[in-house]
Amino acid sequence: MNDISIDRRAFIGGGAALAAAAGLQPAWAATTSHGLTAAKSQGLLSGEDIRMTVSELNFRVDGRPGHAIGINGTIPAPLVRLKEGQNVRITVDNQLDEDTSIHWHGLIVPFHMDGVPGISFPGIRARSSFTYEFPVRQSGTYWYHSHSGLQEQLGHYGPIIIDPAGPDPIAHDREHVIVLSDWTFMHPHRLFTRLKQEGGVFNRNRRTLANRGEDKMSAKEAREFARMRMDPTDISDVTAAAYTYLINGHSPGENWTGLFRAGERVRLRLINAAAQTIFNIRIPGLKLLVVATDGIAVRPVEVDELQIGNAETYDLIVVPENRAYSLIAEGIDRSGMGVATLAPQAGMRAAVPPLRKRPTLTMTDMGMGAMDHGSMDHSAHGDAASSAPAMSHDMRDKSKVDFKVGPGVDMIAPMPMDRVGDPGVGLDDVGHKVLTYKDLVALTPNSDTRVPTRRIDIHLTGNMERFMWSMDGEKLSENPEPYRFARNERVRLRMINDTMMTHPMHLHGHFFEIVNGNPGNQPLKHTIRVLPGGYVDVDLTADAPGDWAFHCHLLYHMHAGMMRVVSVRPLEGAEA
Amino acid sequence: MIRASLLLAATTLAPPALAQHSGHPSGASPAPATSCTPEHAAMGHCKMPEPAPKSAPPTCTPEHAAMGHCKLPEGHASLPSEPAAIVCTPEHAAMGHCKLPEPAAEPVPAAPAATTSCQPEHAAMGHCEPAAVDPHAGHDMGAAQQVEIPVRPAPAEALAGPADAADAVWGSDAMARGRSILRKEHGDMTVAKLLIDRAEQQFRKGRDGYVVDAQGWIGGDIDKLWLKTEVEGDWGRKVEEAEVQALWSHAIGPWFDLQAGLRGDFGEGPNRTHLALGVQGLLPYWVEVDGALFLSSKGEVTARAEAEYDLRITQKLIVQPRVEAGLSAQKVGELGLGSGLTDAALGVRLRYEISPLFAPYAGVDYERAFGATRDYRRAHGERGGGLNLVVGIRTWF
Repeated sequence: MNDISIDRRAFIGGGAALAAAAGLQPAWAATTSHGLTAAKSQGLLSGEDIRMTVSELNFRVDGRPGHAIGINGTIPAPLVRLKEGQNVRITVDNQLDEDTSIHWHGLIVPFHMDGVPGISFPGIRARSSFTYEFPVRQSGTYWYHSHSGLQEQLGHYGPIIIDPAGPDPIAHDREHVIVLSDWTFMHPHRLFTRLKQEGGVFNRNRRTLANRGEDKMSAKEAREFARMRMDPTDISDVTAAAYTYLINGHSPGENWTGLFRAGERVRLRLINAAAQTIFNIRIPGLKLLVVATDGIAVRPVEVDELQIGNAETYDLIVVPENRAYSLIAEGIDRSGMGVATLAPQAGMRAAVPPLRKRPTLTMTDMGMGAMDHGSMDHSAHGDAASSAPAMSHDMRDKSKVDFKVGPGVDMIAPMPMDRVGDPGVGLDDVGHKVLTYKDLVALTPNSDTRVPTRRIDIHLTGNMERFMWSMDGEKLSENPEPYRFARNERVRLRMINDTMMTHPMHLHGHFFEIVNGNPGNQPLKHTIRVLPGGYVDVDLTADAPGDWAFHCHLLYHMHAGMMRVVSVRPLEGAEA
Repeated sequence: MIRASLLLAATTLAPPALAQHSGHPSGASPAPATSCTPEHAAMGHCKMPEPAPKSAPPTCTPEHAAMGHCKLPEGHASLPSEPAAIVCTPEHAAMGHCKLPEPAAEPVPAAPAATTSCQPEHAAMGHCEPAAVDPHAGHDMGAAQQVEIPVRPAPAEALAGPADAADAVWGSDAMARGRSILRKEHGDMTVAKLLIDRAEQQFRKGRDGYVVDAQGWIGGDIDKLWLKTEVEGDWGRKVEEAEVQALWSHAIGPWFDLQAGLRGDFGEGPNRTHLALGVQGLLPYWVEVDGALFLSSKGEVTARAEAEYDLRITQKLIVQPRVEAGLSAQKVGELGLGSGLTDAALGVRLRYEISPLFAPYAGVDYERAFGATRDYRRAHGERGGGLNLVVGIRTWF
């Protein structure tokens, strides 16, 4: 067994022979990858029977050791490579002194294999094992992570690639997995406590007397924000003040390098596995051809930059020339970045652009609609349309919603607008093409084109000052009613963001279609960024009976209570 | 030991990983229909990135042209040498060989030409909709987007049991434990904070003094136990004023807490116990305020109000104006209080946040007593007011 694998290593090393001659370290120990595997996690798991061990690790970032939780001794966790149509049995051995779990993010599995303790299954208790077993019904780029406590922040995440049963619609010569994450030496429970003690504790980019003139904000806008007790620079709760941004487990200094040959079609499988960071992705000098999102192919669309919310995945095709490129994963608040290199040869580096000026929030992010009244949405809230002067809006008009508005809700967007055509906070004026959700068109026609029979409005709510986060004003800890769907019911969800933060919302067990003006070919997603003060409409066929988690994928928002249960009934075998 | 076994696990897991690797030498799917591998290209046997030779003579059918996927050539003579006429499939576009038409400009389905001859392959590429699908579906969807879909409650089937689906699979007992952890970990955490807002040395005419002003809390989002203390005095003398408040704090709005409890005084002079009722929070424009009414065990009613504002000069340098005022409903000779406004302080502190958790500061504080309170103080040989220079630290954890 071992002999064979050594032979095989030598065989696959064939491609790497040149590089090896140039003085490269052995592939598994180096920060250099020829493709297919994520560095630091050299493990690649496949087949019908997979074993995983969750344990505490000593993880080094820039040479400094930190306490971590990893799988099979690596961070990121091993790459799981499956084939559409196969069955898989994954045994997880929990060597921790606390419960753990693995959620298969984006995978369509029976609900009791979904891996959310307290909703799908009891959880994997300390020093015990659990076996997941499910058929693999899809293909594409996915990932997995802990759904217990704050383990995800500590390194408990890994990529999944599922090869299609038939030919891959996305042709490529080489592929790299790009797992983005955020690392902190601060214990996540302490980090959460800090946020509860002072919501803005990690913000080192406030407006000050010294930099007051540098923002695009007018004095009037700034006053409006201050009057509302809102900070226009509160873009990201946790910033580079606490985080080092990692790519495939490597800091910018460690410079993970993905190799290619000039002219190859390189497929980048981008996964945002960060706990609390939304990234802006670009590779200066390269066009990014977006070919899939959340595992599902879209019509190729060429962009220069894209914003990726936590838990989203994008497949990109790039065709690099014979030179090095920097892959830049800039935090949404621009306090820091993850940097990796794509190069034809190990050891090369390209220039790393400086951090761009941090953005400030706008009236649109306050839910005031667009400043030009043309694109304002008047239909969402009938009464909002009649009150003309934008500034006179009540920012917390309880009559607009049908849930109890308590101290946990500091704002109700007066005129939320459909923001699927917006590139994301801070990317309106970067001077090049940035992907928007409107650009996404499903490659294959939607399987269910029924018009939804009903709409449900879900308000994403919070209180920045108290770091309280909820949906429809209630935290999961308050035992709210589940959102209930009938089996195979076609529903439209309107997620209305009544906060000034971008929330990547994830529904387990389902894909939803973004209602983005491409009827019949609406793009499918499992996670969607809902921009501040705006809303998105998604259509959904509730075809997965059971109970499912539905939550903001910002880990500390979820931990603060921004999560709900979605119930789809009747269950399998029950009478309809 | 654990690490050793992990290492073992890692090494035993590596072989299948490598085996898998070898199965996919350079990508999951074979290089796109070209026989020129990167290796060959490197040897100079062929050229790599030339557009795929698969569909050698490009065939732009009128149907495709109608869909905007290609342009019909002007004259057939130019066809073979006209690369622009290559059919742009999503696959080609994915390879970067061509650009697909702007999707937004051209809604996909419902073009009758497409529906008549819709090959499954074409449908898979999203070029058309198979005949089985209602050709009007696209229109309906378009309409649905414009027309508001009504907000309605869930249909009756959605309310079918059981309440918790996982109980049927894993048992209620096992799930009950998991559910209680779930609630705990999603919004039900106990947090605490201790803030020493001012711990300062006061330099003034006469004897220098000190002030410690701290508060701490523990609890959830809505209800907290809140403790406040303030100690003030002159060096080398008995503590002049000292008090501790133990309050139940309840959030009454996004920015305000109602606080009720007891206050005990332990300074110079007669000690009192008070009932305290106050409001603490954040006013518009980020002004922090704290106001309270006190009813002493002897029936005296007093009040106090404070306001602070942080003006940021840089990220770390902050100017903090601060006002404080005391009121009394009646004259209390024993405590040296007149009625009405008894005393007030106005200060400005400049602090430097070495970290948000630790900031030394320096500033000035002007305080004075009013009316009968001022007279009482003078009678006791105290200052009626004056300017203090202050140096101190602000810290929290």
